[in-house]
Amino acid sequence: MEVRVANVRKEFERFPALHDVSLDIKSGELIALLGPSGSGKTTLLRLIAGLERPTRGNIFFGDEDASRKSIQERNVGFVFQHYALFRHMTVADNIGFGLKVRHGPARPPAQEIRRRASELLDLVQLSGLEKRYPAQLSGGQRQRVALARAMAIEPKVLLLDEPFGALDAQVRRELRRWLREIHDATGHTTVFVTHDQEEALELADRVVVMSQGRIEQVGTADDIYDTPNSPFVYGFIGESSSLPVKVENGEIWLADRPIGLQAPHAPSGHAKLYFRPHDVELLDGCSGCIAGTVAASRRVAGTRRVELEIGGGRQRVEVELPVDHPAAQKSRVAFRPGRWKLFAAA
Amino acid sequence: MADPEIKSWEPHHASKSAAVTESRPARAVLMAIAFVFLAVFLLLPLIIVFKEAFAKGIGTYLESLGDADTRSAIHLTLLVAAISVPLNIVFGISAAWAIAKFEFKGKAFLTTLIDLPFSVSPVISGLVYVLLFGAQGLLGEWLKAHGIQILFAVPGIVLATVFVTFPFVARELIPLMQEQGNGDEEAALSLGASGWQTFWYVTLPNVKWGLLYGVLLCNARAMGEFGAVSVVSGHIRGLTNTMPLHVEILYNEYNAVGAFAVASLLAGLALVTLVLKTLLEMRYGAELAATRGH
Repeated sequence: MEVRVANVRKEFERFPALHDVSLDIKSGELIALLGPSGSGKTTLLRLIAGLERPTRGNIFFGDEDASRKSIQERNVGFVFQHYALFRHMTVADNIGFGLKVRHGPARPPAQEIRRRASELLDLVQLSGLEKRYPAQLSGGQRQRVALARAMAIEPKVLLLDEPFGALDAQVRRELRRWLREIHDATGHTTVFVTHDQEEALELADRVVVMSQGRIEQVGTADDIYDTPNSPFVYGFIGESSSLPVKVENGEIWLADRPIGLQAPHAPSGHAKLYFRPHDVELLDGCSGCIAGTVAASRRVAGTRRVELEIGGGRQRVEVELPVDHPAAQKSRVAFRPGRWKLFAAA
Repeated sequence: MADPEIKSWEPHHASKSAAVTESRPARAVLMAIAFVFLAVFLLLPLIIVFKEAFAKGIGTYLESLGDADTRSAIHLTLLVAAISVPLNIVFGISAAWAIAKFEFKGKAFLTTLIDLPFSVSPVISGLVYVLLFGAQGLLGEWLKAHGIQILFAVPGIVLATVFVTFPFVARELIPLMQEQGNGDEEAALSLGASGWQTFWYVTLPNVKWGLLYGVLLCNARAMGEFGAVSVVSGHIRGLTNTMPLHVEILYNEYNAVGAFAVASLLAGLALVTLVLKTLLEMRYGAELAATRGH
């Protein structure tokens, strides 16, 4: 099922949580909504589910305008951050709940509901736990039951709010891989919210980066990482360093020296240069480069991260060096960013 | 599940150091005061109630309970409880739902209003009904014209009892429902359940023990209320006397055995309530902890 969010605005007590957000989700896609807290990602998810109603704008499921429908009519599977399992029901009753509350011919016989529940428990690899109560399960198991319960109603769209947020790192990684497998096996259009960029980049087909109630960028992990389209995305995804520079006739200047980078289409004036610490070319001599004094150096896994003071300590940037690179010990390091981008000075 | 007060209290208690532990004699004195106080003011009266009731033997005890006026008082008390408790269950659940589950204007006002019967003297709540429904009251003329008798009749007693007991269920449920939030309800709705199905299958089971606890307290108060009911009842023997009122009348007539026999029933009710309450607290302490506000 395709999902189209069209010019949606959402206010809570006059305070805007989302400004004019539009997003197209393809059928069968696995989408991550990624952003810091307060960026509106959970609000967007709840709007798609029908747990909130948009102040303005529409949400389409296929060609149908879902924004006029109640949450019951939308037939979405929602997995809550804290699972929201019904504590007085067994695992099997939890999973069967969505079928049990149906009316008339749509409601399968009790036998069939039990069979479906067992089937789904198999799918989430929890066979044999039908009779347990939620309190008797681990966090990871509860998460799986919550997913099985959401899938029991054969939803058009599967929505997950911080699905791994309450779990420890080991279980997180395991469940992440497993969610991807389930998605590929069932083909549900799936949207999940996360503030963990690793999770988003690894798991999702496309990542929607959000900040302050707006979508900053939508793209594959490669798009988002290699060509961030805003200073926010540069800073939020992965590591980044930035320097204030000046553009003159397509030439980039740092203080009073050109640094050997050309930006022929950039307007002259002040700007900010962004690059990745690991994506730099180290130079020996320096005519047309950025040079700085090593202020701090630390070992990070297989590389060495040095902090450079540029222009007499007014600016600091981080650069990554190979562990055995002589520059790591030298007090002066010259480099030129490999992949970089200019943004208008804020 | 436990409320913050309980949580912060327990570790403090557990980590109590030697430095703040009272000396042996001090502890003995404190405990002695507490026990003597309870014995004199609670246990002794309770014993006397039963002693006086059986002063002339079990035969007289049963006889005085068999008296027509007494039986009518018991009957009326049960009737009043049977009407006011269900009313307050409905009211309590609605109010708790409204206050705990969504935002609206006047919410703080409603919350305060629910506590009103606790803060106002029961006699005053009785008097309000007299002013409202009495012959000289605001609605007196209209009621008389339509032949409706409220004051000095069962409806008045029920109204006064409902007024006095309405905080019990609501006060138990509000903190419990607030604590539980909307998550379970949202989950049920997203799975296609209607509002009613959500209420029956999810909300009600989640609060059932708190509800039972509230009903227990509400019932004890409904059967034992004196002040408010005394003002509106008119004390008509065999017609508008509830058990507490009947105890007073019998006692004023120097019928000690009769008075204490009826009193022993009320005391028995109190004991049963206490036992059930303790059992509930033991079994579902964590769920009820959030609600121990009074």
